[in-house]
Amino acid sequence: MSKTLYERIGGEPAVSAAVEIFYRKVLNDYRINRFFDNVDMDKQIDKQKAFFTMAFGGPNNYTGADMRKAHAHLVEIGLDDSHFDAVMEHLGATLVELEVPDTLIAEAAAIAESARKDVLGK
Amino acid sequence: MYKLTIGEKTYYCQPGESVLDTFLRENVNISFACKKGTCHSCIVRSPNILPPESAQVGLKNTLKKLNHFLACLCHPEQNMVIKLPDQSEFYTEGTVVVNQLLNRNTLLLIIAFKDAFEFNAGQFVNLQRPDGLTRSYSIANIPQASNTLEFHIRRLPDGRFSEWLHDEIKTGDTIAVSEARGHCFYLPERKEQGLVLVGTGTGLAPLAGILTDALGHGHSGPIYLFHGSREVDDLYRVDEMRKLAEQHQNFYYIPCLSGKHVPEGFTHGRVNEIALATLVDLKDWRVFLCGHPEMVNQMKKMTFLKGASMKDIYADAFLITAT
Repeated sequence: MSKTLYERIGGEPAVSAAVEIFYRKVLNDYRINRFFDNVDMDKQIDKQKAFFTMAFGGPNNYTGADMRKAHAHLVEIGLDDSHFDAVMEHLGATLVELEVPDTLIAEAAAIAESARKDVLGK
Repeated sequence: MYKLTIGEKTYYCQPGESVLDTFLRENVNISFACKKGTCHSCIVRSPNILPPESAQVGLKNTLKKLNHFLACLCHPEQNMVIKLPDQSEFYTEGTVVVNQLLNRNTLLLIIAFKDAFEFNAGQFVNLQRPDGLTRSYSIANIPQASNTLEFHIRRLPDGRFSEWLHDEIKTGDTIAVSEARGHCFYLPERKEQGLVLVGTGTGLAPLAGILTDALGHGHSGPIYLFHGSREVDDLYRVDEMRKLAEQHQNFYYIPCLSGKHVPEGFTHGRVNEIALATLVDLKDWRVFLCGHPEMVNQMKKMTFLKGASMKDIYADAFLITAT
């Protein structure tokens, strides 16, 4: 069986490293950081790990319905495509920073992109 | 097939099952979500034996040390006794040996026990009044031969529990004390790492314990303690901390006052802002935050943005129970 992207990128340790870099970028981005106000940092980091695990095609039990439910309150306060694009930008930049090969970055981006409709409640 | 014991009940973990699988099959009431070690919802504890390393992936070091593990990732290698997070606690009777004021509204309470009380400096316990009213308080000392626990109890306006401790409890009285909890404590590793301790009010209690522990273990990296309140009369142990700073070259003590009147030797401003202005880069630092929930939550984020890794940020937000 061929290895999943998650395994090729380096599994859990790689996800942990990526999440910290990514989440600092997100919190420093004035376009989107208001969506992360008043969140518990520890819980948020766990959620970001789940997101990265998903983007790397690793084990996750998230369904489209979960994604919709989890982001519905953010859609209500204006979450839209531009914010999703900003997150995608940080995902790409994070992986570039970690020197992940371009082909793997493209794979991860495609998986993350597939969640767009559910996240934005479309 | 291994036995999993929770309290009085025993379950059998079938070959190939995780601990979570077994519990769900047996209808044990346990919270869970991702089943893949990501969400940390199904965290449980094995008080007696070390859980498999693979079941502790991604947990904070202090949680690992206390044998916490993720039920969904745990394939037992032996029989295990397991404690669920909400399981009822075991209380020990202690005797009050010291009760005196540290400042105008903070009581120093020392409780002695017959046998050794197991804890890590910086953890907290629940104290229970005979009528069952219970509150959490941080431990301010380090484990030592005398088998005592030290607490700093701030008198809260209309605080039923703190008023009882301040006004009615006398030396010689007994109080029921739970097992120690919490993962905000010092581990004697990476001793060259910088430590920053930020606390408001009686947030000094756990930080004092953590500080004593770190100095006692010969921590060699810089240690900064920022203690804040509005007025100077609400700080305490100022002279003691200044003396420690004189004795230890790597320890810096910065008492902060946010009110108008700031005597010499104190820094004017909010403790969180001063800490962030003093320490520009927190990459590879270990952070301890205790006290006001807003301060703690804001500082978790700010210290992370300044470079501290989330696994190196330990926080204890003091929740105030509505009376």
